[in-house]
Amino acid sequence: MAKDFKRPDGRGVEDIRPMKAEVGVVPNADGSAMFSFGNTIAIAAVYGPKKMHPQHQQDPKKGTLRCNYNMISFSVTDRIRPGPSRRSTEISKITEWALEPVLMIKNYQNMVIDVHINIIQADASTRCAGINAAALALAHAGIPMRDIVSSVSIGKLDKQLVVDVDKDEEDWEEGEGATDIPITMTSSERLTHIQLDGKISNDELKQVLELAKKATKKVYEVQKKALKESLEVKE
Amino acid sequence: MEEKTKRTVVIPGEVLAKGEDYLPGEGTEKIGKEIIAIKYGLSEEANKLVKVIPLSGVYQPRKGNIIIGKVENITFYGWAIDIDSAEGAFLPLQEIPGYVDKDGLREIFDIGEMVVAKILDVNGRGIDLTTKSRGLGRIDEGLIVKVNSSKVPRIIGKEGSMISLIKEGSGCEVTVGQNGLIWIKGDKVEDELLAKGAINFITEKSFSSGLTGEVEEWFKKEKGGNK
Repeated sequence: MAKDFKRPDGRGVEDIRPMKAEVGVVPNADGSAMFSFGNTIAIAAVYGPKKMHPQHQQDPKKGTLRCNYNMISFSVTDRIRPGPSRRSTEISKITEWALEPVLMIKNYQNMVIDVHINIIQADASTRCAGINAAALALAHAGIPMRDIVSSVSIGKLDKQLVVDVDKDEEDWEEGEGATDIPITMTSSERLTHIQLDGKISNDELKQVLELAKKATKKVYEVQKKALKESLEVKE
Repeated sequence: MEEKTKRTVVIPGEVLAKGEDYLPGEGTEKIGKEIIAIKYGLSEEANKLVKVIPLSGVYQPRKGNIIIGKVENITFYGWAIDIDSAEGAFLPLQEIPGYVDKDGLREIFDIGEMVVAKILDVNGRGIDLTTKSRGLGRIDEGLIVKVNSSKVPRIIGKEGSMISLIKEGSGCEVTVGQNGLIWIKGDKVEDELLAKGAINFITEKSFSSGLTGEVEEWFKKEKGGNK
């Protein structure tokens, strides 16, 4: 792989932007967390388990996870119209699917766990930051989970694979252009979510998965540290 | 009296023990040969039993728990009671000691009043309560404090050591609901506030070991300051 490839912000191809994580940022919620990749900041708040309302959506067999992804109007340079959009509805659903495999909510019949994800500052990879924050917030809320998921986006800029895409890279236009592949994995390297926006060959996709395994490990360490340290402070 | 147990913060998915020697307790699950934590909290190991004490989360009602709730609604058959959990609870007419006049339900428990009750049953349809036991019934006077339900075991302490310390220290009657609501009843408001302060002190410091000693110190300091 070309080592002399220059990324717009001078990072190496496998470098993730500086990450920050903190739990307990929303005092009124049952669990909450903040996660950031450089300038992308996501805040997640968990409410519940509580009785599902409206009643016709209740599932008597198992509990339900309900995610709500929202970009705040000032999160991007041009103000975005507040409120749900086609894009945010889709990302909410994707986030649910990425988190559901690790949750053990079979015993929460007729109940719902609400996860509200707000992007307060966006610089690409917002869904990944949102999933990372949501995973932390769910753990912080005391929801039983098999594992914690970590998410990262892998990009293909022309022919070069890079880890953690930012806004400048997302708009890459040279050569083949930009391909964005958000990936979510558990700490035991199991895949819960992968999306692909663009074109990629089989061999390259295999490389992407290898990169994602390494990158999600780094994200997991940051998440683990955030959860463990939030208690040390109180002691 | 305090047992020295090693407590460490664990996160979901963390491997707590390997092999057949250990038994999975509360907050853990055995997957393959490994025992993993399924909740965020403190891990504890005693007699080869590994468990995780959760630090947060909504109250999970269990049969036999004593709880404190608020009357939300009155129906023809009893009272709907909010017990601060995901599901509402119901106190049927039959579970009231003594004779009940069907038109006089309001005189027994009115909307907005607080009740100490026991969970009779948790089933698919809901939670049933009873007040047919000693110490259960309406709360007329005193103070109610709310804490997270995961802190309740610390407030009660090992074999009730902590709760008796609070009772002695403040001279109040203290009833702890498993759902995190605590009823304090004393002769003077000052006594009740003292007990409330002690409870807040315990919830803040609930992760340190040797807490009973610290609470004793706290009572000494508070009382010394007042006189």
